[in-house]
Amino acid sequence: MELKDKLVSSFMAFEDHLEASSPIHGIKNQAIKTFEQKGFPSKKDEAWKYTSLKPVLKHNYSLFPKQETAIDYNDIKKYLIHDIDSYKIIFVDGKYSSYLSQTTHEGIDVCLMSAALSKTKYRLIVEHYFNKAATQDSLSSLNTAFSSEGAYIHIPKNKLVEKPIQIIHFATGNEAALMLQPRNLIVVDENSHVQIIERHQSLTDNPVLTNSVTEIFANKRAIVDYYKIQNDNQNASLIDNTFIKQKQESHASVHTFSFGGKLTRNNLNFYQNGERMDSTLKGITIIGDKQHVDHNTLVHHIEPNCESHQDYKGIFGDSATGVFNGKVVVEKEAQKTNAYQSNNNILVSDKATINSKPQLEIFADDVKCSHGCTIGQLDESAMFYMRSRGIPKKEARALLMYAFSNNVLESVKIPEIKTRINKLIANKLGVNIGFDL
Amino acid sequence: MLKIKNLHASVEDKGILRGINLEVNPGEVHAIMGPNGSGKSTLASVIAGKEEYEVEQGEIFFEGEDINELAAEERAHKGVFLSFQYPVEIPGVSVTNFMKTAINETRKAKGLEEMPANEMLKMIREKSELLEIDRKFLSRSLNEGFSGGEKKRNEIFQMAMLEPKLAILDETDSGLDIDALRIVANGVNKLKSKDNAVIVITHYQRLLDYIVPDYVHVLHQGKIVKSGPKELAHELEEKGYDWIKEEANA
Repeated sequence: MELKDKLVSSFMAFEDHLEASSPIHGIKNQAIKTFEQKGFPSKKDEAWKYTSLKPVLKHNYSLFPKQETAIDYNDIKKYLIHDIDSYKIIFVDGKYSSYLSQTTHEGIDVCLMSAALSKTKYRLIVEHYFNKAATQDSLSSLNTAFSSEGAYIHIPKNKLVEKPIQIIHFATGNEAALMLQPRNLIVVDENSHVQIIERHQSLTDNPVLTNSVTEIFANKRAIVDYYKIQNDNQNASLIDNTFIKQKQESHASVHTFSFGGKLTRNNLNFYQNGERMDSTLKGITIIGDKQHVDHNTLVHHIEPNCESHQDYKGIFGDSATGVFNGKVVVEKEAQKTNAYQSNNNILVSDKATINSKPQLEIFADDVKCSHGCTIGQLDESAMFYMRSRGIPKKEARALLMYAFSNNVLESVKIPEIKTRINKLIANKLGVNIGFDL
Repeated sequence: MLKIKNLHASVEDKGILRGINLEVNPGEVHAIMGPNGSGKSTLASVIAGKEEYEVEQGEIFFEGEDINELAAEERAHKGVFLSFQYPVEIPGVSVTNFMKTAINETRKAKGLEEMPANEMLKMIREKSELLEIDRKFLSRSLNEGFSGGEKKRNEIFQMAMLEPKLAILDETDSGLDIDALRIVANGVNKLKSKDNAVIVITHYQRLLDYIVPDYVHVLHQGKIVKSGPKELAHELEEKGYDWIKEEANA
């Protein structure tokens, strides 16, 4: 059976578990219809021209893992930012692991989507926000239909959440092939500040397909810093659909570090509903083999005096392929918008490919919008300069690539993440750079 | 120390060096002068091991060893240093981290342990004082946004840190005001000893007032057409290069 048919027919069984009176029920019913009608996107869709899902859809994925699997903390510790105090919402094969997690309800809610969807005390928030940022595209709709678990984070106003929150999904490999559809809802109220780290990690080489939806609401003057660490195994694929709705004077940033996985598609959408706010979208992609990473970004400027900053760096080796499709829309009312976009790429192999496509749709006449895209090889004169100082070719290359991607890390506010990413870069480049990172 | 025999080199099939012979001994300072396009910078790059240059004929010996097949980093490990005419900007790597990497890679190649951090810091402090370099400068990205003078001073600072046996200064005087020139020359002179040697490549005699050469060679159309004592530099300054060209073509 095709995956699409399997999903649609499984929904009926899944629906039996849903509370018929829940307001979410109607949304889910509508969502599966949308998915059934649209199906998985294909290369005929303009937005999917350079990314084919075919190779990842062919597996016979389990949609609902049969058994719960316990994993040992020591086996997964390395995937966490463990050297700082943090809240943790950890899932194993899609199921919440209370043993590995550390949640809270003290002043803030850092807990589970399943709880938020079923408990009446969360009803108002859920009704107000659930599926209000996500679009009706086929993949988000598919997730909406099946959404039952994920992270639910609600930060009431005037809270500075000092500990970062880690949302981590593990796949144990107990299923021969597993499809996961996590759903996260994050609401940050007035004047509050939160930092979130998200990671998907498969523990074996069994195929995993994750179709995730994260809705983030940054209300008035809120600050949201989100970090996505994508360094999964070779048979794990991720479709990440993230939607961020911002209100006036809020600051939201998403850093995406893509070093692993088979196929990764990041649909990252920012909607600015208000004045004087900024959105930051940054990414470092370093891949090789036949890996594929696609960044599909949207920043929608709706009201005046706002800013957006996009900076994506990519290093592609072997037969790796990359896509950057960055769309900026500036509505007629959004005067004095300052939108900046930059995408720089280095191809270190003749077989590597990058498709970079900036799209600017500007309807206002008093704006500053810039975009730049470069695709090149490593600078030979810089290589000679470093080698003439005694730095061998391999280390010189690594140092140059490190330097190339480094400025993206400058805006990372958590030092431990910076250190971790630096280490991942060094590992990925296969060298020990001779100074502390 | 350095012995170059009948060196012919080309870049993209264009012959630039056409039979260079040069011998440099420890303790000596050699100046290589010549008009634009005579091959001065090519000679510097070929000695340092730039891959784009094809050595078609001839030999380069460094301390008795033919280094023609060695990579640039291997030559650096043996003690060859090139101060670049146009130092490359490397954003994201600080001067300090760059030097730490260079020194420790050189030590690794020699089978030595990494230099202890406190020793490294002490060395950086001493050498930066020698070149009158501000400490803040050392944490900036390598050459990024540096003025012409800062770039050249940074080159000599790197030379001071790496303590090469043979230093080739390629147009180190270009873009320097008189104060920076004095600082740079002073630095080079303090680093000089009976065991190391310097090749100064320059278009003008100005730098040679500060770094006094034992020998002056004139390069023209890829060949050394005249060699002489330091007075030759003054003669070139007064008379220009035309008489050299005429003599060479005669």
